[in-house]
Amino acid sequence: MRRSRPHSFYVLSVLFGLFVLFLYGPMLCVYLLSFQGPTGGTSFPMRGVSLVWYQTLFEGGRGVGDLGNAFWRSMRMCVIVAAFSTVIAVAAGMAYRRKFMGSNFIFYTAIISMVVPGIFVGFGIALTLGLMGLKSDWWYSGVGSQLTWSLPFGLLIMFIVLGRFNPAYEEAATDLGATARQRFLYVILPIVLPGVIGITMAGFTSSYDESARSALNMGTGNTMPMELTALLGAATTPAMFAVGTLTTLFMFALVIGTLLLVGRIAKRRQLSLTRQQPA
Amino acid sequence: MKIDSAFKAETVPLPDVPQGEKPIQKYDVELVALSKTFGTSTAVDGISLRIPPASYCCLLGPSGCGKTTTLRMIAGHEVATDGDILIRDKNVTNSSPLNRGTSMMFQSYALFPHLTALDNVAFSLKLRKVPKKERHEQAMEYLKLVQMDAMAHRMPGQLSGGQQQRVALARSLITRPKVLLLDEPLSALDPFLRVLMRTELKRIQMELGITFVHVTHSQEEALALSDIMVVMDNGKIQQAGPAREVFEHPANSFVARFIGGHNVISIDGRKIAVRADKCRIAEGTNGRQVSAQVLGSEYQGPLVRLNLKSEDDGDLVAVLPDSRYFSDPPKIGEKVTIAWLPEDESALP
Repeated sequence: MRRSRPHSFYVLSVLFGLFVLFLYGPMLCVYLLSFQGPTGGTSFPMRGVSLVWYQTLFEGGRGVGDLGNAFWRSMRMCVIVAAFSTVIAVAAGMAYRRKFMGSNFIFYTAIISMVVPGIFVGFGIALTLGLMGLKSDWWYSGVGSQLTWSLPFGLLIMFIVLGRFNPAYEEAATDLGATARQRFLYVILPIVLPGVIGITMAGFTSSYDESARSALNMGTGNTMPMELTALLGAATTPAMFAVGTLTTLFMFALVIGTLLLVGRIAKRRQLSLTRQQPA
Repeated sequence: MKIDSAFKAETVPLPDVPQGEKPIQKYDVELVALSKTFGTSTAVDGISLRIPPASYCCLLGPSGCGKTTTLRMIAGHEVATDGDILIRDKNVTNSSPLNRGTSMMFQSYALFPHLTALDNVAFSLKLRKVPKKERHEQAMEYLKLVQMDAMAHRMPGQLSGGQQQRVALARSLITRPKVLLLDEPLSALDPFLRVLMRTELKRIQMELGITFVHVTHSQEEALALSDIMVVMDNGKIQQAGPAREVFEHPANSFVARFIGGHNVISIDGRKIAVRADKCRIAEGTNGRQVSAQVLGSEYQGPLVRLNLKSEDDGDLVAVLPDSRYFSDPPKIGEKVTIAWLPEDESALP
């Protein structure tokens, strides 16, 4: 006999439903309005349904600005930031398995970097560069400022992943004759691979989204979020919404793809994603 | 009488080892005044032990007695605070685990979850850059030895506990260790499988002719497997010797109690140990008796275990053959006299 649900369940479900609506409602409007007719504006009512704004996006036209180039600049940043984040975070995670001088200091610095509002970090970097007499450019100050956001994330993920790592695997590898390099390549890395993939994806998506820290440090070319912010102030057409819809699809595809990949790796090893092998 | 019984092991006759070109080492493993302290607490306190070649040695003791720490020191996963470890006359105290000629089988098996059983076993060969075909062939040989060749392409997550253990065993043996170290290998298995697997372990040890050092907290396991049994408590060796000798002549009351099946009784101011199965409900001679109250009985098939309580000696156990028990079963709460023969008692210090 099924236990009947308490009243609080229904009250909370309604609350939850309203919350979801509040969260995703605006996005739903964006998706709908992206299919706005050619004479339509950026708010309801819909004047016909068409793909004309998607067309405008790809062919260039009014209200689009320099989105094409901005997109590729963003992609460039994403890849670089993701790569750096992964390599540095994995190395740092491994280093933190034993105490080294300054480990606490670096850890707190990383936390502070995450906690301080991005605009202050970005401003601080730009100011320091100015004081040093250097001009900001995407490939050092731009990448650097985005790393102040993605690196702490990567580090924390590595802590979690390595914290749950059963040390018996390493001891077994040593016992069988593995050098430190072999231990890392053949045992540790393959086992924490889902976590490492997570760090890469976190670096990628956080870079694409990041605007506060990098805005002042990007040099002359705008990234996507910067370009979109600029366009929002200027001429707004439903082409913006087309960008929003496409970005959502792109990111969904990325996230789902990553989850499938990680799920496949875990399934192949019959590991649950939430616990290690039982002792 | 010294508690630290390093010299007891010397009275063990060397097993018949065929003469080869190499001179026979006197001992496979030698521990000399080995100690391990963690901060202020001493886990292992100056133990000395000699294990003859190709013998099955069990380290037995309650939790926290230092047996696992000792094993890990022999393996090299813990660094000894003091003392020396010799493996086949080579001092390995400061060597890394790679260079000792030992191999360890972990309690959790620690099979690499991202590799198949075959790749797990072939792992050590891969580290030495042995080509794929050759290392897979060798790995299959060892899988056949542990009867897991049919499951070579399964992942560890798809294997049962007993199967994982056999793969772990093959993985350790392929490195041709001089000494195999096992850390409570049978604890994770159900009782039926445990008996099966310990037969396997003994068979493989005899077939390969190397020394196994097996840590356990089960007396039954230690009795069944050991050529040498080492009983430890509080970081010290309480007694070391062949299983029969330890069981029939326990060195002190701790060993007598821990080994199971013994009663420690005070007679005329001295302490003796008597095997529970040598105790009978009868009148004894020369004061070799003690009166006790029956607490309860446990049927064990061919035997019945009688739990008793005496005023002076605490809890006692008498193990009677079922025929004798059922011919005249005592009642719970009844006061009976337990007696034994003079040759069955063993003096304790």
